Amino acid sequence: MSDAPTYGVPTDGAPTSGAPTGGDFLLERMPTARPHAPASFGGAGPRPAYRAEAAFKIHGGCGLMGICDESGALMPADLAVRAMAVQRDRGNGLGAGFAGYGIYPELPEHFCLHLMLHDERAREEVEATLERSFVIDQAEPIPTRHFGAGVEAPLLWRYFVLPDPHALETLEIGPEDLVVHTVMQINSSVDGAFVASSGRNMGAFKGVAFPEEIAHFYRLEEYEAHTWLGHNRFPTNTPGWWGGAHPFNLLDLSIVHNGEISSYGINSRYLEQFGYKCSLGTDTEVIAYLFDLMLRRHGLPLELACDALASPLWSEIDRLPPEERELKRSLRAVYGPAMLNGPFAIVLGFSGGMVALNDRIKLRPLVAARQGSRLMVASEESSIREVLDAPDEVWAPRAGEPVIARVKGASRVVG
Amino acid sequence: MTASTSFDGRVVGYSRAAPPVVRSGDAATIDCRGTYHTYVNKAVRQAFDEGAHTVRLDNINGQRYIGTGLSGEGRRIEVHGTPGQALGMFMDGPTIEVFGNAQDGVGNTMNGGRIVVHGSAGDVLGYGMRCGRIYIGGDVGYRVGIHMKAYKDLRPVLVCGGKARDFFGEYMAGGLLVLLGMHSRLPGPVVGGHLATGMHGGEIYVRGEVEPWRHGKDVTAFPATDAEMEGLSGVLADYCAAVAKDLDEVLAVPFVRVRPASLRPYSELYTSL
Amino acid sequence: MATSFVQAEFRVCIDDDRCHHCGRCVQQCGWGVYTFDERPLPDDVKCRACHRCVTFCPAHAITIEKSPLAFRDNASWQIGLRKSIWRQAETGGVMLTGMGNDKPYFSVFDHLVLDACQVTNPSIDPLREPMELRTYLGAKPDAVEVEADGAGGFRLKPGAGLRNNVELETPIIFSPMSYGSVSLNVHRSLALAAERCGTLMNTGEGGLHADLYPYQDHVIVQVASGRFGVDPEYLNRGAAVEIKVGQGAKPGIGGHLPGEKIDEDVSITRRIPRGSDAISPAPHHDIYSIEDLRQLIYAIKEATGYKPVGVKIAAVHNVAAIATGVVHAGADYVYLDGFRGGTGAAPQVVRDHIGIPLEIAIAVVDQRLRDEGIRNRASIIAAGSIRSSADMAKAIALGADVVAIGTAALIALGCHLCQGCHTGSCSWGLTTQKSELTRRLDPEWGAERLSNLVRAWSHELKEILGALGVNAIESLRGSRERLRGVGLDAQTCEILGVKPAGL
Repeated sequence: MSDAPTYGVPTDGAPTSGAPTGGDFLLERMPTARPHAPASFGGAGPRPAYRAEAAFKIHGGCGLMGICDESGALMPADLAVRAMAVQRDRGNGLGAGFAGYGIYPELPEHFCLHLMLHDERAREEVEATLERSFVIDQAEPIPTRHFGAGVEAPLLWRYFVLPDPHALETLEIGPEDLVVHTVMQINSSVDGAFVASSGRNMGAFKGVAFPEEIAHFYRLEEYEAHTWLGHNRFPTNTPGWWGGAHPFNLLDLSIVHNGEISSYGINSRYLEQFGYKCSLGTDTEVIAYLFDLMLRRHGLPLELACDALASPLWSEIDRLPPEERELKRSLRAVYGPAMLNGPFAIVLGFSGGMVALNDRIKLRPLVAARQGSRLMVASEESSIREVLDAPDEVWAPRAGEPVIARVKGASRVVG
Repeated sequence: MTASTSFDGRVVGYSRAAPPVVRSGDAATIDCRGTYHTYVNKAVRQAFDEGAHTVRLDNINGQRYIGTGLSGEGRRIEVHGTPGQALGMFMDGPTIEVFGNAQDGVGNTMNGGRIVVHGSAGDVLGYGMRCGRIYIGGDVGYRVGIHMKAYKDLRPVLVCGGKARDFFGEYMAGGLLVLLGMHSRLPGPVVGGHLATGMHGGEIYVRGEVEPWRHGKDVTAFPATDAEMEGLSGVLADYCAAVAKDLDEVLAVPFVRVRPASLRPYSELYTSL
Repeated sequence: MATSFVQAEFRVCIDDDRCHHCGRCVQQCGWGVYTFDERPLPDDVKCRACHRCVTFCPAHAITIEKSPLAFRDNASWQIGLRKSIWRQAETGGVMLTGMGNDKPYFSVFDHLVLDACQVTNPSIDPLREPMELRTYLGAKPDAVEVEADGAGGFRLKPGAGLRNNVELETPIIFSPMSYGSVSLNVHRSLALAAERCGTLMNTGEGGLHADLYPYQDHVIVQVASGRFGVDPEYLNRGAAVEIKVGQGAKPGIGGHLPGEKIDEDVSITRRIPRGSDAISPAPHHDIYSIEDLRQLIYAIKEATGYKPVGVKIAAVHNVAAIATGVVHAGADYVYLDGFRGGTGAAPQVVRDHIGIPLEIAIAVVDQRLRDEGIRNRASIIAAGSIRSSADMAKAIALGADVVAIGTAALIALGCHLCQGCHTGSCSWGLTTQKSELTRRLDPEWGAERLSNLVRAWSHELKEILGALGVNAIESLRGSRERLRGVGLDAQTCEILGVKPAGL
């Protein structure tokens, strides 16, 4: 690891400070207020059970972007990072992250688990868990740079695994279900361990910092992806926990989310019926599981899954032609407990592309644009303008209407 | 470009340094490329304080709060690029002209002055406006013109040239809100649903048709009378001059006037022992 | 003749200075309190404090006081208990009463509070923004099966999609109250109001009078153990059919409508001889095990072309298991009647001591159905003294789809909860068949009152939803997270699935 760039330093050379300086009110990182933040990573003492973080409900904030090249061409991370840098004021330095798709072209069929670990013991326990049902073909620390003063990073490892055929046979489940099961197990019962992403040929990179800092820390300039998601958070309680940042991921579904889901109580109870454990106390978690349920397990087309989550008003459904009306009515009646209420803008990334969606009365901003084969969405138009220098069109998507990008030739929709 | 990229791939975001300002007579030109908004706005205020009447901002992309809280009738800001959130919020007197699209929160609680956007504007435009004029050349988003209010000779005016989404004119208490629906690439109707819910004052005019189900029982929508159109013509002429539209084309399609059904729409709703 | 030991509970006071001596009170009182000799002479012991005379006295000369007769205090032997023994010693009879449990038992609803959104998630303004209360009553399919429609979109596969559901504009329906226990004018009022509000009323076990046929799309027809009025035409007329297995006010026992309340019309509607008692057996004699219930449910479905068939049960100890059985047996909805539910007549000891609170029943039934993975197969209707829109919101947050109101509906029509229903002499003309009393309720006026109530509670529910930051009832239904307990013990909180306030 080379030099230690210090973060929070204004580039005009003024010294680092946690508190706002003078009368300029620069947007610096908020001081962490919680005295009992998880113990320093790697220190002695009991490993934190991250599920205890669930008691502090983490609110989804505040700035997001997604960009997909539908031709499948790979793009440098710098596009996503610059887009998020423009939206710096939407966050407060206490959470940011990126997800990239197509970043591991040498091992495209392996599930790549990105792990956040408190210490070596946690890592050993995770490895033992994985060895029970997977073949680990490659295991290594995720390359990072050193973070500066005041920011502590967990151990970060990645495992490229394939399900052990014997395990699949014994448990009588498919590979994706095995991964989901294992991820839920690690997250809920291995203290000091959290699976940040678990998809094929993709990965999530996130932590407690500003987006530019996260990108620099994870050496994102070394990756290229056909789809990038980015996020910048403004949590109102201040967990020191890296797993709480966005994107939230399960298999190859990643979600970045701006807003708060006020229907969380019933959404999580609905998911529990199907075996999902909503253990992390974030409402973003339920969005990822709902997509997994509807797309992968129920086989619903993407457009209809979006309809279920941001259902049109009954008054609009009543005005549709009969066949469409029956479809929308049935969808809403069956998936009522899955409907997301509350303000939200979300971008879902998956191996075949991405989809952006607003709540049914568009209480959060979202702008979309197209340039050639690239489709981009962001919370603010200026993020788009930073990256796309001559867009063919720029528009604001309607409430509840998904914006879908599909990568040509992608063989899998989900998983 | 806003954010610079250094040799090791590090993106550093907006720079926190005063931008270069060039003075020439009573105009000042500021190159805002990559400059954090506090420095841009500070430079704007400084230029006005030093006697400039017009400040031109070049290479704007995403800087927030431009013109926020500024007063002074003769002052003018030209924005080249995409200004960030809350353009002209609480503004009281100056003129801002945007050559491009604006984002959300334009003219929030504006007290006076003029904002002209040649492109489109986002959501929550003109919220709580009390006076002044906002002219948008293109489309606008959700919750436009909420709770505009008039008081004595303070009367806000908001004219949108393209299409609008839901909750247009919600809770209107006073002022003038106009929607033209012209030259838009957006599919669908001129105005969205829940038009003017809770309206209890003011005037809304929509060029074209408004289906009855788009608004609730608290408002009525009837063809505008000749007298009403006469009253509107001054504003429309001013608007067309500002955004380079053809007044004859604007007036070629009949307008609908939306008005509240009652000054006290909720008087029947409550009761007590 | 022995002097009764049971003294008057109330004292009728007439201000003679105001009294017009018009005799209106004599005519208005259904209980026979008044005789008249130059001025009204009340017999206090007959008075039930129903306030009919007070309301209609043109001079406002009447007031009803609690009798100041002092009893020696005894926290264990409350006055009511002593009076019951005196009466039972006189008559040897079972103490009968009407309406719901009036004892000061712990109210769970009154110890639950609702959330509100602020800052990080804004509340919604229900007056200006859409707020959806529409609810579908019935079984929902497990999945939505679609196929490509050939034009780039999708459509339902043939036979898939939502079917056999009743659409309600608001999650409030009227509880079953049989024609016989209430008057025909009450039924007419309920039917009219149900139609106007886009909701449902329920015949109760007394059959469907022909006057209600025009409203049949807003009527649930009930099949109770006595099978009164049940024939194929009856079954086909309703929007849904309900099998009544139990009732919250009198779990486990049957119904009893005294012969006095069976007049010509009741006789025709129930298809029983005039003047005979109408006894509903305690169990359905053809349901002695769960597969029998399944058989009855499917028989009805076959007879009606698969209309929604629901089952009404009382909330008792193992209500979760019973409800699960009911849903497995094919019911499209489960109607849970809590121990506070009302009745036209029930033994007091049963009404007051048998059954469990509705709130607990909703919570355990909803959770058990989810655990079994069958929550979508049936809607939950919750009833048993839903007193306000707050009770309704809490019931829905606990897991109910719909609430049913009976007592509240009668109160809207004039009932003062005097608990005299079983005598058949209701001064308000509600729980009686005497024509001089029943004519007092004009169905148009009644429908207006009921519609007002439903509309007012629906608006209040919208205000509550707005405060919760949701704009559709689906997002509150079953969302226990929006409730907190105040003064509930930890175990009750756990059973309800509700956190204590502060967490």
